[in-house]
Amino acid sequence: MVTVKFSASLRERTGESDLTVDAGDAPSVRRLIKLLDERFPGVGEQLSEGHSVAINGEIIADPLYEDIPDGAEVHFIPAIAGG
Amino acid sequence: MTEDPTTNTGFKWVGTRPIRPDGLDKVTGKARFGADLVLPNMIEAAIARSPHAHARIVSIDTTAAESMPGVQAVITGADFPDLKEAGAKQPDVFQAAKVMARDKVLFEGHPVAAVAAATRQEAQRAVAAIVVEYEVLPHVLTAGAAMADGAPLLHDDLITANVDPAPEASSNVASRALQQRGDLDAGFAAADVVIERNYTTKPVHQGYIEPHAAVADAGQDGRAHLWCSSQGHFDMRSSTANVLAMEPSLINVTPAEIGGGFGGKTTIYLEPIAVLLSRKAGRPVRVVMDRDEVFQATGPTSGSEMRVKIGVTNDGDITAADVFMAFEAGAFPGSPVGAAAMTALACYDIDNFFVEGFDVVVNKPKVAAYRAPGAPIIAFAVEGLIDELARAIDMDPIDLRLKNAAVEGVQAPYGPTHPRIGFVETLEAIRDSDHYRTPVAANQGRGVACGFWFNIGGNSVATVNVHEDGNVSVITGSPDIGGSRASMALFAAEEFGIDVERINPQIADTQTIGHTDVTGGSRVTLATGKVVVEACRELTADMCRRAAKMWDCEVEDVEWVNGHAQHASGTETPLSMAAIAAKAGRTGGPISTTYTENVRGAGAGFSTQLVDVEVDEETGQTKIVRYTTAQDAGKAIHPSYVEGQMQGGVVQGIGWALNEEYIHREDGTLDNPSFLDYRIPVASDLPMIETIVVEVPNPNHPYGVRGVGEVGIVPPMGAIANAIDRATGCRLHDLPMSPVRLLSAINDKNA
Repeated sequence: MVTVKFSASLRERTGESDLTVDAGDAPSVRRLIKLLDERFPGVGEQLSEGHSVAINGEIIADPLYEDIPDGAEVHFIPAIAGG
Repeated sequence: MTEDPTTNTGFKWVGTRPIRPDGLDKVTGKARFGADLVLPNMIEAAIARSPHAHARIVSIDTTAAESMPGVQAVITGADFPDLKEAGAKQPDVFQAAKVMARDKVLFEGHPVAAVAAATRQEAQRAVAAIVVEYEVLPHVLTAGAAMADGAPLLHDDLITANVDPAPEASSNVASRALQQRGDLDAGFAAADVVIERNYTTKPVHQGYIEPHAAVADAGQDGRAHLWCSSQGHFDMRSSTANVLAMEPSLINVTPAEIGGGFGGKTTIYLEPIAVLLSRKAGRPVRVVMDRDEVFQATGPTSGSEMRVKIGVTNDGDITAADVFMAFEAGAFPGSPVGAAAMTALACYDIDNFFVEGFDVVVNKPKVAAYRAPGAPIIAFAVEGLIDELARAIDMDPIDLRLKNAAVEGVQAPYGPTHPRIGFVETLEAIRDSDHYRTPVAANQGRGVACGFWFNIGGNSVATVNVHEDGNVSVITGSPDIGGSRASMALFAAEEFGIDVERINPQIADTQTIGHTDVTGGSRVTLATGKVVVEACRELTADMCRRAAKMWDCEVEDVEWVNGHAQHASGTETPLSMAAIAAKAGRTGGPISTTYTENVRGAGAGFSTQLVDVEVDEETGQTKIVRYTTAQDAGKAIHPSYVEGQMQGGVVQGIGWALNEEYIHREDGTLDNPSFLDYRIPVASDLPMIETIVVEVPNPNHPYGVRGVGEVGIVPPMGAIANAIDRATGCRLHDLPMSPVRLLSAINDKNA
């Protein structure tokens, strides 16, 4: 299973704070976004642009094709730019 | 070679302090910065800029300018591709509009035309001859005013993002940021003390000494070569290409040395103008900003309006926090309010919070990144309020922070769970320092504050070549803004086990090395350092294979020790890198490799700072008497440059706290666009900034690196506000805490 944690702004959009999905349905970030978009229409565009992902606490800046291991906790967070 | 990041010991080169490879060129004036390049037949450019904060461009007449002596080319917004018409994404349209106005000017200094002429003086005279007719519009300068009903609108197509449902009408609010957890009402109900305060900060500039400069040479074949001072020449290339609707690979960008950036040189201003002028004139064109242009039209970071409310129990448990922020973005969206929302409470473990921020356009220059963008602004508010709460419950401010500190396993306010971090270690380092143990002098005040910054990884490439003499070139795409050449050389020396003087670190242009992200986000030592380490490891393995061939033995019998391939039996004379390189053609060809990675696993940075101040109650002037900063570097690869980053962040924070601010006249023009009137700290203003380098290794990096360039600027404003309060009894909630503002507060108190 993969646990998806929504940020506060995504929570407003989805109405849920977290979601558990079967690991086989979300083996990558791309597949996870597709799955979420099917459940919450329009959220996929929001997640594909301007968001990073933290998988088990590790922030990945450009995560679309990142694999998601079984049992992972996934956070969608706003993209971070430094100075 | 020892690489155990859990012990942080046993390195021969990493952690030492050799002279930086670029040092000699820089102190002798040989290094070439952005404005130093001279090409054959090169001509000079000047830019016509708006005198108004907000106006519609009715017409631009360049006829007179075009016929003036020496003039080779004149361009206006009409010479640039119309990205909006072409259906480009709104951020790209806005970036192009920032570089050159089309229909409206949105801040004083907004470019409206540019001239290339034989000399700079001729270009400037031609600029003065350009006639622009404006219809002046009402302007708005602060976030609060821009959010108010009836405020003048900068854009007619700006719909607030991250609001559900999306508004139907355009406004000056570009987006909303939100962080939320727990039950705010219950949290405040559980508190014994709740304090709420309002805060404001002004835009401040990054204050780099080197003004922006670019040289472009556009050919008849549609290609262009660009030399510029920036924090990332690949981003300069892609952004310039976007604005000019070119294929990025048609532009080659060579990085000049950079005389400071601090985030402000991660974006374009002059580069597309130089390319377009060069294309039109058929000659290389150089364009260099004056200081007033730098202040009026580049950088700064946001001014802000904030409200913070925090509750705490009498025994020091923070129970709830409510934060509101409105950040000025300047003329186009993109303030760092999102990062401010994520960092606002990141030092602490708080169950109940609501953090809301708004990105608001105003008639000022578009803000640019500035060290830990957004974090210092909200930290001024939060860290000041934490100090007020500590005093309200009569608790030591470090003990209060220790009691609520974020540690490994705590969920960060922005979502993920903190891995191993070193915040507590920085607090303990300050608590145990000689400075903290020394009593405060009678006429002084002492302040403490903390800061967090994510640090980032990202895309980096390294090519490593072993030359025939066994010396090494390390080639990357990361402009060296803070001593990164030295760090790359130290990594390579450690990996190969050879003297650091034998490593030659180079920074290549965009045609020569693979895409590399900007030098920003405190990422280079972590990310580019990692690819250098990996490339070196590939080559030590390769050289072991070659030695096995030369000895006619199994590769498993060969190991790499102190710059030599060594046979396990001890029967063979160890082979130096020069000896292996001498036979390279017979063992597989040149010894070279390129390693590329999108590096992740950045380790968060924390800083705790301590300051003693003395206030002249007759003038309101604050003197920094003693300052100590403790920061978790993970591992200090070159300790001098880590200390330099820590000190530099503090010094910029001192300026931000005490003096620096954009002062606008009522007509929206900037009143202090020079270093005479915009005062940054100089050496004579400051004591030596004492540094304590904390090393809690980042387990995701082969040497434990976290990144050190940014977090040092997060705590100073809060720390100094806290010290001033304790010195004078005056709590200031507005930056800068300039003499005039502090004197007014002192007079109010005494009245």
